Amino acid sequence: MAEQKVELFARRLDHGVQKAVHNNSAAGTEKRYNVLGTDYSAPDDLRRLAGQIRQHSIEYLDTYLEQAEQSLKRQGAHVHFAVTADDACRAVSDILQKAGAKKVVKSKSMISEEIHLNDHLGTMGIESVETDLGEYIIQIDGDHPSHIVKPIIHKNRRDIAKSFEREGLGDYNDDPETITRRARVFMRDKYLQADAGITGANFVSAESGRLVLVTNEGNSRFCLAAPKIHIALVGIEKVIPSDADLAVLLNLLGRSATGQQLTVYTEFINGPARTDRPSGPQEMHVIFVDNQRSEILASDCREILRCIRCGACLNVCPVYRQASGHAYRSVYPGPLGAVLSPLLAGKKFKELADLPKASSLCGACNEVCPVDIPIPDLLLKLRNRGHQEHAPSPGTPPMGAFAKLASSPMLWRFAMKSNKVMNLVPLEKLPLPYLQPWLKTRTLPTWRGGEFRSWMKSRHKK
Amino acid sequence: MQSTTRPTDRTVQLMATCLCDAFFDDVARATVEVLEHVGCEVEFPENQTCCGQPAFNCGDWPASREVMRHTARVFDGSKPVIVPSGSCAAMLFHGAPLEFEKEKDLPTVQKLANRTWELADFLVNGLGVEKWPGRFPARIAFHRACHTRGTGSGEAALKLLESIEGLEVVPFGEAEQCCGFGGTFSVSFPHVSSSMGCLKLEHLTEMNPDFIVSGDMSCLMHLSGLAERGEKPVKTLHFAQILQTALHRHG
Ligand code: SF4
Repeated sequence: MAEQKVELFARRLDHGVQKAVHNNSAAGTEKRYNVLGTDYSAPDDLRRLAGQIRQHSIEYLDTYLEQAEQSLKRQGAHVHFAVTADDACRAVSDILQKAGAKKVVKSKSMISEEIHLNDHLGTMGIESVETDLGEYIIQIDGDHPSHIVKPIIHKNRRDIAKSFEREGLGDYNDDPETITRRARVFMRDKYLQADAGITGANFVSAESGRLVLVTNEGNSRFCLAAPKIHIALVGIEKVIPSDADLAVLLNLLGRSATGQQLTVYTEFINGPARTDRPSGPQEMHVIFVDNQRSEILASDCREILRCIRCGACLNVCPVYRQASGHAYRSVYPGPLGAVLSPLLAGKKFKELADLPKASSLCGACNEVCPVDIPIPDLLLKLRNRGHQEHAPSPGTPPMGAFAKLASSPMLWRFAMKSNKVMNLVPLEKLPLPYLQPWLKTRTLPTWRGGEFRSWMKSRHKK
Repeated sequence: MQSTTRPTDRTVQLMATCLCDAFFDDVARATVEVLEHVGCEVEFPENQTCCGQPAFNCGDWPASREVMRHTARVFDGSKPVIVPSGSCAAMLFHGAPLEFEKEKDLPTVQKLANRTWELADFLVNGLGVEKWPGRFPARIAFHRACHTRGTGSGEAALKLLESIEGLEVVPFGEAEQCCGFGGTFSVSFPHVSSSMGCLKLEHLTEMNPDFIVSGDMSCLMHLSGLAERGEKPVKTLHFAQILQTALHRHG
């Protein structure tokens, strides 16, 4: 029988990698739980409030996006809108080419991964260096992030030491501090040489036009220290009504993502350099990227746009812990990815329609989500859509016969009794394609169909 | 979220669940005895089958709705519907309204949703039972079934269990993690599902409890099925069976 792709990937996954992903994720879950529980008496109320703020933001996205555009312009930033991933890539390279920029430094941004910006810049002859340590390692390895917050959760320091050696960053040395120091020395030059810095944005306040960036390495600050141009790539859903909302959102983001009360660096960017504020890039461009988000907003899965990319749902997800991020064949893995990736695929939905199936629907993701996204409900809706669109789903039993049986009490009662023959035959030998995967690792209890019904009847006769 | 004004009459309808119908008559019987002990009259609508969750989870919502329509007809009325399974209860009060969101007969399934109680939730939050009589000298690990997240069931079950004389509930690690069952997930993702289950078993047995206890036979069926194939079989009991046994030892 054909296998589900996530299942296949998990089965073949290197045991060491699986352990690393599991342990790292579990540690993240525990840290998050502890810090939220210590700092707040009712963290769930806070999650629900944050969910409402984000839901409101996306329900009125048209209004807030327009307001954000005005505010950003008032701050002196240029604002662009990109409908597709290609449009977004082109917008970036157009700005760079116009300025004659040849070298850029990048801070971590999931949307730049989503639109494959580095590949595009490469073909345009523009050097683009990732400056987040994890993303840099991904870049030199030609790899892909396997976690949205911890991109190299699947690698160990020996892997990294080998990569550094290969790239000529010194002899093999797997001491984490040495690795970090070498990366730092290498980056310094890149920061100084760069013509432009590219960042994402965690939030954009419509009210003030403030762009908020959270990092732990401070690399985004360096990206904006020397270069003359700042380009920020922002998914349209990142807009929030006002600065005041940050009080709730930032408090939850750091705690949910890394168990920190606040990330080490939280930057508020108010437009490019001005006479009264001379530091920073002279030119600032904000590119709002749609790339299917309007479609998602119009769908019955719009709640996924509340996401603030904390990664808590990945950490807690038992399937993610077994399969790791690459199993999801997309930029966004885990429960978030199982919902978002097929939606972002647009017309190619079917190619990723198996992802929503890779879940036991345990709901741990919803329980930890700082913006209370009903992820299991969305997974179910997407399963239903996959079914309607006849997306292939290996290992999923057809349900027509079950429905007939379960809506006909006579047939049902008959089946309950007659299935007792199951106790008399060696089940492992039966050609039942959906029973065998169960029996390989588990036993089945004795069939006692109808026994309870008889007992109930006998009591009533008394 | 569930309606806060669900009925609490003592004449109740029991939805035994298909798993109890097929395999676990002892759990269904325990449920009846427990309900009767707190003064309930238990009706068992004969034509009941299944809550339709298998089809719902597979994405075949038309098939699932067919089953749910049947279920809503069978459980017509205004009495509380009691389910000895967090998962099937959640199908009635949460899954059904979701799959009927765009259907004309949404009000019918919503009515059923508003009458549905998981057993422990009904006993504690519906009827106000605070303590359970009798004795059960044992150490147990209680697995809070995933479908009771966000409901009062887990806490309610623990409250009653902890009130039983002689019973000790032992803690274990990664308590929020799933047992790996997930219905058809267990057959379409057998490796992932089994790995999840084995990990769960490791945690549940950390303190060598005498029994693994849950309010859901689906989790227990998965866990004991795995354990039997492995090296270390475990003894499992449904929450209702503990209450029932405690009563018998009451004298
Ligand atoms: S879906 Fe929720 S938990 Fe997952 S990354 Fe987004 S905000 Fe975090």
